[in-house]
Amino acid sequence: MSGGGAAIVVEQLVREFRKGPRAVDGIDLTVSPGEIYGFLGPNGAGKSTTVLMLTTLLPPTSGRATVGGFDIVREGANVRASIGAALQEAALDPILNGREHLLLQATLQGIPKATRSRRAQELLERVGLTEAADRRVGGYSGGMKRRLDLALALVHSPRILFLDEPTTGLDLQSRTALWAEVARLAHDEGMTVFLTTQYLEEADTLADRVGIIDHGKIVAEDTPANLKAQIGNPSVEVLPADLGSGDAIAEALTRFGTPIRGGRGSLTVQLPGGEAQLAELVRVLDAAGLHVASLHLHQPSLDDVFLAKTGRKLEGAADDLGDEPLAEKPARGRRGRRG
Amino acid sequence: MAEVTSGASLLEQVGAVGRRAVTRTLRQRALLIFPMLFPLILFAINGSALSAATRIPGFPPVSYRAFVLAVPFMQGALFIAVTAGIDLARDIESGFFNRLALTPLRGSALLAGQLAGALVVACLQSVVYLLVGIATGVGIASGVGGAFVLLVLSILIAFGLAGVGALIALRTGSGEAVQAIFPMLFVTLFLSSASLPRPLIQVRWFREVATYNPVSYLIEGIRSLVITGWDARALAMGFGFALALAILSLGFANAAIKNRLVRT
Repeated sequence: MSGGGAAIVVEQLVREFRKGPRAVDGIDLTVSPGEIYGFLGPNGAGKSTTVLMLTTLLPPTSGRATVGGFDIVREGANVRASIGAALQEAALDPILNGREHLLLQATLQGIPKATRSRRAQELLERVGLTEAADRRVGGYSGGMKRRLDLALALVHSPRILFLDEPTTGLDLQSRTALWAEVARLAHDEGMTVFLTTQYLEEADTLADRVGIIDHGKIVAEDTPANLKAQIGNPSVEVLPADLGSGDAIAEALTRFGTPIRGGRGSLTVQLPGGEAQLAELVRVLDAAGLHVASLHLHQPSLDDVFLAKTGRKLEGAADDLGDEPLAEKPARGRRGRRG
Repeated sequence: MAEVTSGASLLEQVGAVGRRAVTRTLRQRALLIFPMLFPLILFAINGSALSAATRIPGFPPVSYRAFVLAVPFMQGALFIAVTAGIDLARDIESGFFNRLALTPLRGSALLAGQLAGALVVACLQSVVYLLVGIATGVGIASGVGGAFVLLVLSILIAFGLAGVGALIALRTGSGEAVQAIFPMLFVTLFLSSASLPRPLIQVRWFREVATYNPVSYLIEGIRSLVITGWDARALAMGFGFALALAILSLGFANAAIKNRLVRT
C-alpha cells in the first residue's frame, strides 16, 4: 500500500470541467486506516467531485490518488472492490423494498448465493430496518432511506467507506443515529470513513481529522480540536432584554474587548481570559443594572475556523456543538449549502 | 475487511437486474395497463369507424378490423420503447445508475437486464392483443402456428424499439428527452401502411414515404399472418427489419452504456 500504509492518498488532484473553473484544484490529503476524515465545505466547494474521483466514477484531469492502495485511474476495479459508497441523495428504487435492494446489491457484488439472504438480514438488523424490510422504499422516511443507503454500501464488507453528505435533510434524531453507526464502523470495525459534510457539528462530532475545502482547495486540515485552538478564545453573545439598553451594555462590555453588533440587537465580545471570565461579565452587567434576554457562550467553532481561513461563514451553519446555551436560545437553521 | 467474493457471472448479473426490471414493471400496474388499453381503444374506434375503407377497389377481402389488428402491436411496442427509456433515464437521474456502476456489473448485463422488463410487457400485451382480435371475430389466416409466429415477431419489434428507448435514455440521461421522442415515433406509425395498403394510398408523397418507412414492413409482416396466411416475402421483410432494428438499437445502446458507465 502506498502512502506508508495509508487508506487514501491524494496528491495534487485536479478536476476541470468544460466551460467551468477547476472544481478541484490540486488537493493533497492522506487518510489513515480506521480514521474518520471529515471533508467540510460549502456548496460547490469540490467535495462531491473529489468523492466521485476517489470512487472511480469521474476521471481526474491531473494528479494521482490511491484508495486502499490501488490507483484510482489504473486500478479502478480493485478500488471499487475495496470501497463502499453512499453518494449524495440516497439513490434507491422506490418500487423495490429494502430487502430486495440488499439482495440485488449482494448479487452484483458477487456475494455467494447461499449467504446473500443472511447478509441482507444482518445489515437490516444493523441499521434498524428489520420491520420495514419488506415495505417499498417509496414509503420510507429520509432517515430510513439513508440507513438503507448505508447498509447497501456495506454489503461486501468494504475496508473504506465514502459518505457524501449522509445526513443532509435529516432530522436530528436520524442524524444522531447515523453518526453513531458511522462511529461504530470506524472504531469497532476499523473501517476508514471519508465523509463529506456541510454540517459543522457533524464534522466536529464524528471526524478524527477535518479537511476544509473552499473553491477546490483545502484551506485547513487538522483535528477539530487543533483547528479550533488556532482560533483562540471563546466569545459571549449578549441579547439585551430591552433594545434601548444596547448602548449601555456595549459600554459595559468594552472592558473585555470591542463588542460586535449582530442581529436582533445582540452584542458579541471575545473573552480574553477564556470562559473563566464569564462570571465576571455577568457581575459587570448586574452591577450596572442591565438586564439581558439571553447570554450565549460560543466556543471557537469550525465555522470560526472557516471564517478565519476563507473570510466568510459557512452559509446558514451558524449553530455549532461548541455553543453552550446558558439561557433561552432562539432556534436557527443549521443547514448550509451543498458542496 | 473486504470479504472475498466469488464474482457474479454474466448470467447472474442479467438475472438480478432483470428480476428488478420485471418486479418494477409488474408493480406499476397503471404503467402496464393504460399503455396496453390505449391501442385497443384506437383499434375499436378505427376498426368500426373506418370500415368503409374495405369498399375501396383493391382492398383485401377481409374486415377492416382484421386489416388493422397489426396496428395495436406496433402502438404497444412504441409505448414499451418509451417506458423502457424512461425507466433507464430515471435510474440515471436518480443516481441509481451510479450505485450499479460501483459494483462489478457489466454494461451488457445491465442493458439486457433492464430490457427484461420490456420483454415481459411485450409478451403480455402481444398475447392480449391477439386474444382481443380473435374475440372480436378476427380470424388468423395462418392458423395456430401463424399466431405463434405473430407473437414472436411483435415481441422482437417491441424489443428492438425498447433498445431505441434505452439508447436515447443513455445518450441523453433525461426522461424528458425520451418522452419527447414519443410523438416522433408515433408519426412514423401514421406515415406507414397502418391504415391502408400502400398501393391504395392516393397521395403520392404519402405513398412514397410509406414505401420507404420500415414501420410499413413491420406492420405488413404481422398483418400478412392475420389476413393472408404464410406470405414469405412479407414475413422476410418484417423479420428482416425487426431484426435489423433490434441489432442496431441494442448495438448502439450497448456502446452508449459503456460510455455512460464511466468508470476508471
